Order: sequence, then structure tokens, then C-alpha cells
Amino acid sequence: MMNEFKITHLKELENEAIYIFREIAAQFERPTILFSGGKDSIVLVHLAVKAFYPANIPMPLMHIDTGHNFIETLDFRDELAKKINAQLIVKLVQDSIDKGRAVEEKGINASRNILQTITLLDAIEELKIDAAIGGGRRDEEKARAKERFFSHRDEFGQWDPKNQRPELWNIFNGKKNLGEHFRVFPISNWTELDIWQYIMLEKIDIPSIYYTHKREVFNRSGVWLANAPFMERKDGENIEIKDVRCRTIGDITCTGLTLSVAETIEDIVIEVAASRTTERGSRYDDKRSETAMEDRKKEGYF
Amino acid sequence: MVKNYEDTAYVNMDLLRFTTAGSVDDGKSTLIGRLLYDSKSIFEDQLDAITLASKRRGEEHINLSLLTDGLKAEREQGITIDVAYRYFSTPKRKFIIADTPGHIQYTRNMVTGASTANLALILVDARNGVLEQTIRHAYIASLLRIPHIIFCINKMDLVDYKEERYLEICAHIQELVPKLALPDVNFIPVSALLGDNIIHKSKSMTWYHGETLLERLENTPVQKDHNQTDARFPVQYIIRPHSTEFHDYRGYAGRVAGGFFKTGDAVIAMASGLKSKIKTIEKDRTTVAIAHASESVAITLEDDIDISRGDMIVKCENVPNTNNETDAIICWFNVRPLQLSGKYLLKHTTHDVKCIIKEIQYKININSMEQLTSDKHIGMNDIARIRIKTTKPIFYDSYLTNRITGSFILIDEATNETMGAGMIQ
Repeated sequence: MMNEFKITHLKELENEAIYIFREIAAQFERPTILFSGGKDSIVLVHLAVKAFYPANIPMPLMHIDTGHNFIETLDFRDELAKKINAQLIVKLVQDSIDKGRAVEEKGINASRNILQTITLLDAIEELKIDAAIGGGRRDEEKARAKERFFSHRDEFGQWDPKNQRPELWNIFNGKKNLGEHFRVFPISNWTELDIWQYIMLEKIDIPSIYYTHKREVFNRSGVWLANAPFMERKDGENIEIKDVRCRTIGDITCTGLTLSVAETIEDIVIEVAASRTTERGSRYDDKRSETAMEDRKKEGYF
Repeated sequence: MVKNYEDTAYVNMDLLRFTTAGSVDDGKSTLIGRLLYDSKSIFEDQLDAITLASKRRGEEHINLSLLTDGLKAEREQGITIDVAYRYFSTPKRKFIIADTPGHIQYTRNMVTGASTANLALILVDARNGVLEQTIRHAYIASLLRIPHIIFCINKMDLVDYKEERYLEICAHIQELVPKLALPDVNFIPVSALLGDNIIHKSKSMTWYHGETLLERLENTPVQKDHNQTDARFPVQYIIRPHSTEFHDYRGYAGRVAGGFFKTGDAVIAMASGLKSKIKTIEKDRTTVAIAHASESVAITLEDDIDISRGDMIVKCENVPNTNNETDAIICWFNVRPLQLSGKYLLKHTTHDVKCIIKEIQYKININSMEQLTSDKHIGMNDIARIRIKTTKPIFYDSYLTNRITGSFILIDEATNETMGAGMIQ
């Protein structure tokens, strides 16, 4: 019987992530799951529920809300929190702007993506969060490929990529001084395809906008963006109606949509498996420069 | 077709973690690039980005190392500073590559990458044969007990694909194998640049009848890499729901670090020594009859005995060593050297305990494997054998029998930095 036992790649990743969640609960006093309503954070919450079953998850969910959302994700967020009996904290970027902590970007490519960092760091300080748990994956972007599971942040919330603590075996060092915190990434080793296969295998609910739907869109430099009241358009960026779906969900101002007719989770898995571009390939926030992600991460971005 | 998707490969795929060590000159980046590219794991936008970056840097060819060297400083200096993790998969298996720099000053990164690997890929330049760094990489693989090793004899195209040269290098490495105590050793003649024997069989080396690199990576058995016999369950966290349905539930959460546990097993809790029986095992929001090595589960016991994080549940007939003094091989990570009589926090499984360095027995020259008994200065990237005394006993197995219950890290309590990693002898 022993010899026949085989752990599949998804179960191995699941076991690893559950182990990380339990280490977080044991090593930190005020851990918080950063929840965006996107697929990675949904999988994160699913894993947390498994890690602490039959108890409720011993940590709240926190959404840093830019105010520029796909409405479907907000409904989904509220329902999920209710379903699993978790506390939901919502922090608004608008509040940071109103308080003068953050200044709105101007111009055609204006986005509140970067401003989220200010709101996030303020929330971490205010709520004395010592572990902010994120759905970051190492396959997403080259700077993330060097990220640790337990990633130390100094008192300014900054990441020092050249001076990271080595991580060996399954031993995680979460020791820190007062005022410092950790970012923890339980699904570091998952790829985009792993996430989708897992959603399919576990039959996890996801917001409807991941599936194909008709939407008003316009094209900017080859990226399809959703039409919304606060979206400024340039001349020649005409509204069209297309069959699209979200491959990632972020702030609506910088989330590119994929032309797709994928109606089911099986369709999505097949589409992702055959895809020849990365999911961040359509993210406007990464296109700003070659090291856009590393620069934002150093400042304390997700 | 869509309906049958669940029957297809992905539900049966398993996972292999491997590490590669080497310098740019070995063709390591080219080899990884080739694996990713030929298995269609590089995306168009990534390829576009590195093509552009290579051009901007005035380079003639697409520089595949730009894929793995993600940090700005690494790209500027053209070196790999840190461990980079890369992912690719075939219909059979998912692979995680821990790509580490091979230079001696990055020994700590090699050790880090090796710590979680099932397999080590060591590159040998066919023109140069076995070099100091080949021995260094093999020694680290052996020290960290990586169960499987593949020596890729690379750049075969530059030695006219000669079988004699390949056999000569293999023979040289074979001489080292007993000295290094390497368990499972394989050799493959390749040209990473031209793709010979990486994914496709080489047309230029018809004398080679073995597997290609990808075939070997896909066929290496990994199920038995965990210790299968000595049941070990380090307790991570106590689950107490305080709900009406699970009013008296007290679950010990953890990941099985060796062997397996079944409902009804007679167990003993270290450190208290109190005995009980396994009442239930929870996994995946349901109750299961057995928990295997590497599974994250929660265990409840028949009796209400005092167990907390840092304790270990084991079977009555097979207990680990318990001691407060132990010998270990240590790799040092910090610029501040190891202090004889220095005090550190020792983190072993889920157990934190203070310790003192009692003795530095010898330093190891990792290029020649010599023991240097007169050199007791243990600085960054050095490897040494030491004796440690802990304030409380730890429950352990030798690293040779269990990589999880036989390993620890040392933390400086003043700075919270991870100073070194140890393997219990």
C-alpha cells in the first residue's frame, strides 16, 4: 500500500501552502490575508480554510480598494467572507487621497495601482499587522522569482532584495523587530496553470468576469481595456463590444481583458495551457519599465 | 473533449524539484533556457522582453540568462546573486528549478537551493572535464543528501561528439562517487546550445543509447525520497474551533515529516513522553484513515495530554534521538563569523531552542573535501563540523535518515538574521 501512494503536483503544492499557513498562525500575532477578489487570493482563502478546519480561519481578510473595481468582484468578496465566517477589512485608496497621504495620478494612463501601496502600508501600521499574506507567485514576474515565502520588510515597509534571509528546507524564520513586518506568500511555487487546474479540481467558485461576457471595451496600444465612467479615452480609442474575459483581476484602469469565448473552467484551463503570453503581459502597470515590478516591490507593493 | 479533461494528464502529474549549479561559462543558463524554450515554457512577451534587452545591451545573441537573472543589480552586473526559481511542466510532471550561482562565494545559495531538491543537475564542460567546481557542486549535493544526481557532459559539439571523451569524463567522476557517497548517479552527453540530448535525441551522438535529459528528469522516481519508515509528526499549531459542533475538538496540525500514521496507532508525545492513541486524522476538511509523509493533516488523540507547538508525535515503537548535545555539519551564511561559545537560537522542525557552540571540530575545504583541523575561522560560505549544546533536549534523526528532522537553522537573536544551516550527524 505504501508503495502505491503518490502525491500529485497539485496536492504537493497544497500541502506546502497549508504548512505555510500554519507557520504563519503559529509565528505571528496579527496575520492578515490580502484579498483582492482575484483568483490567486480566492485560492489563498480556500487553502486557509483547509489549513484550520474545523475551526474558522484565525485571521481577517483585507481588501485595499482603489475604488476602480469590477463591481462583480466586490459582491463576490462580501459573499465569500460571509460564507467562511471571516472578518473583512476594507481600506479605501480614496481615504488616503482625501487625507492628503496620496496624490492622484494625472493624465491618460492615470491609475491608482501605485497609490495602493500607501494605503496598504498605512493599514499595516494602524492595525499592527505583522504578517500580510499575499497571493504573489514566483512565475508571475522576474523580480518575484527571487521572493522568499517569508519576506522581511523593514520599518518603512521596504524590501531589500539583495539582503534576503536564506530559506532552507521547510524552516521559516519569522523573527523581526518592533515595527517591521513580513509579507508571506504561501502559493509562491504555483504557476498560473496550477491555479486554474486547482480551481477546476476543487470546484472553487470564482467571479463571473473570469468567464466570457460581452463588454464595452476600447483598445490602447494593443491592450483591451474596459470602459468605465472614470476611464479617460484618447482620440481614436473607440468603444466596441467584444466577447472578453479577465485573465487577471486588478484595478480596472490597468487590467487588460482577453478576447475569449471560454465559458467553463475547463475552457479556461485549455486556453491558459495553450497561451503564448504571460498573464501579466496585458497588465499596464508592468509595462511602465523593465524593472517596474521590482521598483514597486521595494517600496512595499504587494 | 473538454469533458474528459479530468482524465488527462494533470490529475496524475507529480512534482520534481531540482537544482542547477554552475557558472555562465558552463552553459547553465543556456541549458535552462533550452529546457524552458523547447518545452514551450517561455512566453512570447518574455522572449520579446529579453530580445529587446539583449539588443539594448549590444549583445549578438538572445541572452537567455536574462530570463533567470531577475534583479536589476544582477542584470547590470551580469551575474546571478540569488537563488531564482523557475517553473516548467510536461504532461508527465511539473518541475521547479532552483537555479543557483556556482561560484565559491555563493556556496550558501547553492546550499539553499539544494536543501529542497530531489535532484541535482551538475554541468561539466566536455573540453575541460572535471574541475574544482565540479567536485564542489557534487560535494554540496552529497552533503545535502540530494537523492538523485545527473552529470550533464555539456558542449559535446566542441569535442566533435567523441564518445571516448565522454567516457573518459564519466570514468573520472565515477572515481569520485564512492568518496562522495552519492546515491543515484546518471551521465548524459549533451549540447545545450544545439539541443543535443536535451529534449530531442542527438543525431550526432548515435553511440549514446540512454535517455535524453528531459526523459531522465521525467522518469526519476521521487515517491521514495521521503523517509518511509520512521513516523514523525512535528506539531505546528493547535486547532481549537470553540464551536458547538466541534466543542471539545483539539487537533494537532502539522506536516508528516516521515513514515505514516494510521487511526488507532499507539503514539508517544515528545517531550512529555505521555502515551495515547490516534483518534482521528483530518485532511482536506474530512476524516481519513492514514497520513503519509509530506501530507499536511490534523491529528486528534484519545487522551487529553499536554501537547504544544514544538512537540513531536511519534509511534511508540520507533522514537527519535533525544539529546541536548549533538554534532552537526554547518554552512555559514553571514559576514559575521561563527562564534565559538556564541549563543544562537536554534530552529529545528517547529521547535525553537537556545544553543551554544561548544566546539568547532574542523573546517572543510569544499574543493578537495579535506578536513582542516587547524582552521577554526568559520566565515561566510564556509562549511564546518561543530558540536552544539541546547538548553532543552531536541528530538531528531540524523540528516542521513531524515532531511526534515535532521536539519536546523541558527538565528542571531540580536539581528534576527539566519546565520547558518546545520545537518545533524
